[in-house]
Amino acid sequence: MTAPELLEKYEMVVGLEVHVQLSTKTKAFCPCSTQFAAPPNSNTCPVCLALPGALPVLNEKAVQLAVRTALALGCKVHEVSVFARKNYFYPDLPKGYQISQFDRPLATEGHLEIGSAPDGTPLRVGITRVHMEEDAGKSIHDRFTAATAIDLNRAGVPLVEIVSEPDMRSSAEAGAYLRTLKQVLEYAEVSDVNMEEGSLRVDANVSARLRGETKLGTKTEVKNMNSFSGVERALEVEFLRQCEVLERDERVVQQTMLWDGVRREVRPARAKEGSHDYRYFPEPDLPPLVLTTEWIETQREALPELPAARRERFSEKYRLSDYDIDVLTSDRALANYFEEVALAHGDGKTAANWVMGEVRAAINARGVSIGSLRMRPADLARLLDMIRDSLVSNAAAKTVFALMLESGEQPEAIAKAEGLLQVSDDSQLAGWLDEAIAKHASEWERLRAGERKLTGVLVGAVMKLSGGRADPKRVNQMLSERASVS
Amino acid sequence: MSAKLESAVSTAVRVLGGDVRAAEVTSAALARMDAVESGDGALNAIVWRDEDGALQQAGAVDVSIAGGEDALPLAGVPVVVKDNIATLRMPTACGSRILENYVSPFEASVVRRLRAAGAVIVGKGNMDEFAMGSSTEHSAFGPTRNPVDITRVPGGSSGGSAAAVAAGVVPIALGSETGGSVRQPASFCGIVGVKPTYGRVSRFGLVAFASSLDQVGVFGRNVQDAALALEVIAGADSNDATSSDVMVDSLRASEDDLSGMVIGKPREYFPESLAPSVREKCDRALDALRSRGAEIRDVSLPHTELAVPVYYIVAPAEASSNLARFDGVRYGMRVSKPALRDMYEATRSQGFGPEVTRRILLGTYVLSAGYYDAYYRRAQQVRALIAQDFTDVFSGGVDALFTPTTPSPAFAFGERSDPYEMYLNDIFTATANLAGIPGISVPIGRVNGLPVGGQILAPHFEETTMFKVAHALETALGEEAVR
Amino acid sequence: MAVSKDEVMHVAGLARLGVEAERVPQLVAELNSILAHMDVLQRVNVERVQAAEGVGGLGMPLRPDEGPAVALDRPLSSFAPEIRDGLLLVPRLDTHGDSDPEGEA
Ligand SMILES: [Mg+2]
Ligand SMILES: [Zn+2]
Repeated sequence: MTAPELLEKYEMVVGLEVHVQLSTKTKAFCPCSTQFAAPPNSNTCPVCLALPGALPVLNEKAVQLAVRTALALGCKVHEVSVFARKNYFYPDLPKGYQISQFDRPLATEGHLEIGSAPDGTPLRVGITRVHMEEDAGKSIHDRFTAATAIDLNRAGVPLVEIVSEPDMRSSAEAGAYLRTLKQVLEYAEVSDVNMEEGSLRVDANVSARLRGETKLGTKTEVKNMNSFSGVERALEVEFLRQCEVLERDERVVQQTMLWDGVRREVRPARAKEGSHDYRYFPEPDLPPLVLTTEWIETQREALPELPAARRERFSEKYRLSDYDIDVLTSDRALANYFEEVALAHGDGKTAANWVMGEVRAAINARGVSIGSLRMRPADLARLLDMIRDSLVSNAAAKTVFALMLESGEQPEAIAKAEGLLQVSDDSQLAGWLDEAIAKHASEWERLRAGERKLTGVLVGAVMKLSGGRADPKRVNQMLSERASVS
Repeated sequence: MSAKLESAVSTAVRVLGGDVRAAEVTSAALARMDAVESGDGALNAIVWRDEDGALQQAGAVDVSIAGGEDALPLAGVPVVVKDNIATLRMPTACGSRILENYVSPFEASVVRRLRAAGAVIVGKGNMDEFAMGSSTEHSAFGPTRNPVDITRVPGGSSGGSAAAVAAGVVPIALGSETGGSVRQPASFCGIVGVKPTYGRVSRFGLVAFASSLDQVGVFGRNVQDAALALEVIAGADSNDATSSDVMVDSLRASEDDLSGMVIGKPREYFPESLAPSVREKCDRALDALRSRGAEIRDVSLPHTELAVPVYYIVAPAEASSNLARFDGVRYGMRVSKPALRDMYEATRSQGFGPEVTRRILLGTYVLSAGYYDAYYRRAQQVRALIAQDFTDVFSGGVDALFTPTTPSPAFAFGERSDPYEMYLNDIFTATANLAGIPGISVPIGRVNGLPVGGQILAPHFEETTMFKVAHALETALGEEAVR
Repeated sequence: MAVSKDEVMHVAGLARLGVEAERVPQLVAELNSILAHMDVLQRVNVERVQAAEGVGGLGMPLRPDEGPAVALDRPLSSFAPEIRDGLLLVPRLDTHGDSDPEGEA
């Protein structure tokens, strides 16, 4: 059977487990810095080195961010949750156990809307649970010839694990889930969500079943993807592998598969079936985490506006098109920038056109983030005001814009210094007009005779004489006044 | 033998008053230590000794007193600390090969508090490996002998600290309790031993055996000294999430009138099998309490007999996880092998002794897939029932309980070879650890020259009550306590 | 309930305790004699009994998101068994597959 035929016959079922690093200054259970790329083992202390006698103490900020994550995903946050030890030996796991949450997680029963199906019904993915845990350290296998090197700077960094229901039916839905999730996490200001620095990691559970079947097939867990598109490719490859196994009337073996992004293939991890037995039990060094309803509600109130709410608001308040809203809200910083410009300037549509056009082009050309632009949104709004008030021409505004990007200076100052301020003073305009009429006497006569289309020639001449500074609207008015009077 | 040992209370008073310098007190303690550790009768109570550090500390105390400092409750008092409590200048080896040369790069909160109070740490006490044992026979550095009778064990696991106090090396010492490891050796050595309420004392820097049961405890030669030592080390610690901020009152009892108090005598702690000589000493102690005005009431703690089975599931389970960090990667012993798994297994099998190995296996088994519910979960449920027994009795008008500390006095080396028979030593003490309540053992007499301890148990954070009863008992018995 | 030789070997593997084959029969016997004393717990009625969970129950104290951490009196390099360029060294694990926590290591 060919791949398209298999896709016709079988349905993909996907659930995702996403680990996200919370943006705290210090680790989950000790006050060591979480700073990325510090010298090896420099962000360590008795607790995260698991020295004999050291004890964990939970970071309040990590709890706050984990609760916000859960609330942003519509979860029920439990007033009592319990930390547990997940026991296994690995050299980058200093204590020989990971502090995680097991049978009493922080939050359960959430959901995420990831778009709509072709028929318009919203696609909703259930969130099974959100729990807190600590990261392990880093094992470096290729630095020394006979040894694996261990860096414990990451050990103990706070994570939330977000486990979805097996609600996705294609790699594209999985991709949409991840992109939407990333957006929500950014909006909620809980994480930097940077896959390269490892602040977001994805494991996928995937199974195949005949279309129409309602029972779940045997799943495998796919790991080691380092981009969202890698997740999509890995799911497609693993799904087809499972379909082929089923076509041969064989059984899918429940196991962990590793994605090889270079060779674009999956292969089984070396773990033997049944060799892992984590011996979870409640962490005796930490009493249960007790949160009051009031505190949870305070966190809900403090939650920044989430993408769905913002989309709705942009539509109502600024009357933007769905396309404009998609582009502007895709990145929270871009949306914030737009909104500052729009509020200061007053006309949302113009602000949107400039931010989506000129501003995005400038960011892309420079390869920088919007946060690092020297041009402040309030200044851009002033430039738009100046266009509206005919203080600069559209053409001059583009020049001013380019200079604002360079220098970060205010538009008025730039326009003045560069002589780009529009001239609307009638006496000065009348002088240029006289000169233009003198130069283009025959066109002037024909215009007076009713050849309206020659207006452009004369206005163009004035613009040229003024070095582009004349206000073309005013020149136009003055010209038609003279033509009808004389 | 050099200068005779004085109590902690009077040492501190004399050092603060300028009658004697901390340096002199320290030198005398070091000399006594040398005396008990030399010759054929050496106790092997002290595994590490820090003469330079101790004299330096003492010198600093003398300087600050000369400078006008007068708020040092343990000024110049020499202290021995159990070898599972982290100190900066001596190894913290926990009686184990796997940590033989390991010197902790950080200090336990209790040690910091002792030093801040003017105490001088002179050495580290021998112990059963990782505190797993009731005899101090399971130390990688050899057994400790009981100063009362060197053919017998001092009890354990804090046997070194207990022996050091009993032999008169120091007036007070720190031990640690998981199932009776302070009260039982105190009873065997004829001194006072205290296990505080769980959470009363910080565990930061105490090498974990079973985290939900572990608590630093104190030894003293009398109740007042033990109370003073506990006062100094007690209190909340931001480095230990299980430490409590319940206020620490002054624990030293000033009067011995027990009128109006009800002391329970739980029948499960006086079984048929209890040695008649021990029972007799207990009866005498109960009479002494009556003589101070207390009412003695028969009570029942029906789940007592389940304490040892529960304890020997919960403690090994937690230990199997707590001891996973000894893997040869970051500190301690490593047996080098070309493959990681072989390195782990060689390091751990050569680093841990047989009792620790046995308990890690047991603990791993009771947590493993398929057995967790039958063993660990069920043990934690029964533990809740044991705790409820105490709650019921204490809420029924009983202020404290009196029991024997152990079923019998100190036994001879090698006498308890069956592991479970050894575990039964903890039968009267493990309940307090499981319930988290405080307990104290005080000497109540001797049988064939061997000390017998009586135990007083009190409700959570009622150390004041516990010390009050203990002190009244001590004064009422007087010289009888050593007869 | 009794533990078998295979279970002891499995548990020893989980705990990374290299137990020599000739010691296994004795360990099986010892563990079984200890476990026999635990059977009494199976007869206790624990219906509706909430397992003991931590001590206290007032919930856990949290710490602010700030340093400093407890400082080391001596650096890691002074007590680590093997360390180079600040990195702790262990016998080489060569494939990525080994780095899966559920792996054989
Ligand atoms: Mg996880
Ligand atoms: Zn740390």
